[in-house]
Amino acid sequence: MQRVGVFVCWCGSNIAGTVDVQAVSDALKNEPGVVFSTNYQYMCSQAGQDMIIDAVKEHNLTGIVVCSCSPRMHEATFRKTAAAAGINPYMVEIANIREQCSWVHKDIPTGTEKAIILGKAAVAKVNLNTPLTPGESPVTKRALVIGGGIAGIQTALDIADAGFPVDIVETKPTIGGKMAQLDKTFPTLDCAACILTPKMVDVAQNEKIRIFSYSEVSEIKGFVGNFDVTIKKNARYVKEDICTGCGACVEKCPMKKVPNEFNLGMDNRSAIYIPFAQAVPKVATIDPNSCNMLKNGKCGLCAKICAAGAIDYTQKDEYVNEKYGAIVVATGFNPISMDKFDEFAYNQSKDVITSLEFERLTNAAGPTAGHLERPSDGKSPKTIVFVQCVGSRCDSCAQKGKEYCSKICCMYTAKHAMLVRDKYPDTEVYVFYIDVRTPGKNFDEFYRRAVEEYGVKYVKGMVGKVTPQGDKLKVQASDLIDNKQLHIDADLVVLAAAIEPDKSARPLATMLTASMDTNDFFTEAHPKLRPVESPTAGVFLSGACQGPKDIPETVSQAGAAASKVIGLLAKDKLTGNPCVAHSNELMCNGCSSCERVCPYGAITYEDKEFRMPDRTTKIRRVALVNPAVCQGCGACTVACPSGAMDLNGFASNQIMAEVDAICK
Amino acid sequence: MQKITQDKLLEKAVSLLSNGTVSAVLGWSKGEFSYDVTPKMFKTEDDLKENFIWNDFCGVNFSKYLVSKTDRFEGKILVFLKPCDTYSFNQLLTEHRFDREKVYAIGVPCEGMVDVSKLKAKTGEGISEIKEDGENLKVTKIYEDNQVAVPFKDVLLERCINCKSKKHVAYDELMGDEGEVIDSNRFDEVAKLEALTPDERFAFWQNELSRCIRCNACRDACPACTCEKCVFDNPASGVENKAPANSFEEKMFHIIRAYHVAGRCTDCGECSRVCPQNIPLHLLNRKFIKDINEFYGEYQAGAEVGSRAPLVDYTTEDLEPGEVFDRRDTDA
Repeated sequence: MQRVGVFVCWCGSNIAGTVDVQAVSDALKNEPGVVFSTNYQYMCSQAGQDMIIDAVKEHNLTGIVVCSCSPRMHEATFRKTAAAAGINPYMVEIANIREQCSWVHKDIPTGTEKAIILGKAAVAKVNLNTPLTPGESPVTKRALVIGGGIAGIQTALDIADAGFPVDIVETKPTIGGKMAQLDKTFPTLDCAACILTPKMVDVAQNEKIRIFSYSEVSEIKGFVGNFDVTIKKNARYVKEDICTGCGACVEKCPMKKVPNEFNLGMDNRSAIYIPFAQAVPKVATIDPNSCNMLKNGKCGLCAKICAAGAIDYTQKDEYVNEKYGAIVVATGFNPISMDKFDEFAYNQSKDVITSLEFERLTNAAGPTAGHLERPSDGKSPKTIVFVQCVGSRCDSCAQKGKEYCSKICCMYTAKHAMLVRDKYPDTEVYVFYIDVRTPGKNFDEFYRRAVEEYGVKYVKGMVGKVTPQGDKLKVQASDLIDNKQLHIDADLVVLAAAIEPDKSARPLATMLTASMDTNDFFTEAHPKLRPVESPTAGVFLSGACQGPKDIPETVSQAGAAASKVIGLLAKDKLTGNPCVAHSNELMCNGCSSCERVCPYGAITYEDKEFRMPDRTTKIRRVALVNPAVCQGCGACTVACPSGAMDLNGFASNQIMAEVDAICK
Repeated sequence: MQKITQDKLLEKAVSLLSNGTVSAVLGWSKGEFSYDVTPKMFKTEDDLKENFIWNDFCGVNFSKYLVSKTDRFEGKILVFLKPCDTYSFNQLLTEHRFDREKVYAIGVPCEGMVDVSKLKAKTGEGISEIKEDGENLKVTKIYEDNQVAVPFKDVLLERCINCKSKKHVAYDELMGDEGEVIDSNRFDEVAKLEALTPDERFAFWQNELSRCIRCNACRDACPACTCEKCVFDNPASGVENKAPANSFEEKMFHIIRAYHVAGRCTDCGECSRVCPQNIPLHLLNRKFIKDINEFYGEYQAGAEVGSRAPLVDYTTEDLEPGEVFDRRDTDA
């Protein structure tokens, strides 16, 4: 029989406000096994923890129940307290009487009743707890960064700087990401390429960094410190190590009518291409969907022209296997599709463009060499309407767009408006907004300059409809401050499209078993206290994959993620989680159900010899759990028909004891 | 009214045993009464010739017997499998429950098997002899001049009325003609139960399961129940009991069992066939099969070896629980 001590926390008034803590500690005093029960203002404080340590010594406690906040908050704290008091950390049970009780109930009788029931369940469980000892596993001192945008680049550079090897996997033929497509950057208006490309070169030249461009992660196995990753290098039909990036093939390629994705389809590229001049790696790539040689074997011009002999039409996708200690997700964002926003005539008129397309139009390396021209007829626009929040801050009932604020649009729209007025002062510029949100260093000053110095016409209200008429775009909008309808004949309409996580994020999250929110942004381990870590150990988040972010914020988070990775890779050994599954081989049927439901591939089988009652031996197939790979999710324990599988710390009989205590 | 005769099966069994292809034959053997057929491991030709039978009462599904019979047995075992038995056979192979190499399986066509309770309900007790006579069974009773003709079709087992397949999905050798998978009406009864109110449905099961005497025949006959240690025999499982102490436990046994075999049950119907209390246990399992078909797409356990049952199959394409929750409105 355990000797259980119960410690009920007030959490100031957080718990004590709606739960009669004295009644709870009194009621639990009479539960089986309980020899001591008390309550205190802040159990997690030093005084509270000392109270636990003293009680353990005084009453020879073997188990501890703390009725307090969620175990996510302080389970680790109280486990350490238990260890300090000389008992096994896994003899501690937390009854969550805050998040699941005091915060959701309004009156003391109900709150108290529920707190007592939750406490009884925890006592019932701790009575069946057994001491557990975690195992140790080594750390592979190499990091994987998935995504080669500014987030991935910064993270990789910082990790490499600390001396650890890093691999970047990027699906595009070059690293650089969205930042490489931008023109100027707010709030200082320095050119994106000027600050990004030196970093890209640093990546290319860093001995510790390998770039897998035009590649994707196809399989992830393993666990923190020991990830086993398969990277698929898509065939680019050009030998990467031989190509010098001279560009002769690009010039000679006869197939020049392929929409150029780097310029968002506003101009064309050839079938063999280098995305942009400063691409890293600067290596040509053949687009198999457009290349005549690959499609029907007729051409082969690039192979003839290539002095280095780098073209290889027979190249196949290649799979690389590598081990990593930590994985950083930096998959970034994309503007959402404008298909559901017919009111803005995006699909009807070429002169309705998204902000990212506008970036390319004003970029010196863009399709118009930086001259602001209308995509339809190449004329200079005289009236430009910017529409903010297109698909951001949408009502969920609207069934289109996103409920969240995309965060970066207010600032880049101010930047666009300001740049237009700066270069083409005779252009009239309107910005329609719901609110202008500028909380960042020098951000509001920047926006005020756009309004006050550059004379951008900011109108609070939304554009209701854009109708192409002749060579004009009839913009119908409301001015909520003057309370009137506006009709503007615009030459160009720029939509600040909401941003969403890259489509690759969801399947990647599944491979990583990392959690996501409903918008497919990766969830952080704690929104305030662990913002760059995923709840899945060894997986870190960098940049817009975690939520909309501008460049300064992305770079800060990238550095933070890198420092967490460095902290992990600096360790030689990791302490595992002892709450893993194990199979009772005497009961195991070897039926494979557990193996099939295991998301981590932690279960294998072996043929084992058993001695039977009649003195013969019998060979049976039985399940084996690799405790280092098992994450303790418990799926196998449910799938096992005979009950041979069980989970340390969450054994079926412990869970049933809790249920019984609650239902009694 | 089996199309293939007992003599043919016997001839095959004898030849395979005598030429050494197999060391034993798992077949049906004469029992105490004419309708009473028991499974037997025949090891000699003489035993086969004397006791082997094949008739309208050979309902026993031998698949499960292979788990214990092949264990530490030297040589191959010949087993006769009706179409529905082959699904259980495959399912057990999927679960690695016996060594395929140790078995020589012969597929036998089946025209349906007789439900002895139904027959007795028509004839009354005291059956001394049953003979096939065209479409009828000619039943002789111990009482004088007491001959009754019962149409074969009227006394079929429920699982045979709603036969799901005349096709053998596994065999080494097939005797007779191969049949087809049948688009049966086996889910009609389940749909009727689904249409009841929860209270009515509870009353239905309360009534059915109250007859349970916990003889464990359903579990012992079920080819999905081959656990090394059954939870109902394991004191540590928390659900072990030998007899229902109250109406709650009566239900728990059957509900736990239905959950344990969910996704693995091939709907072979052995549970209902062997139940001495005539509880329609197959309806519980069919409800699961119907739900699995509706939620995850058609799935027939045992249709092939190694198939991954939707309930115990993790893939990266699995839906998040939230998506399933959202989908419930569109499905309803």
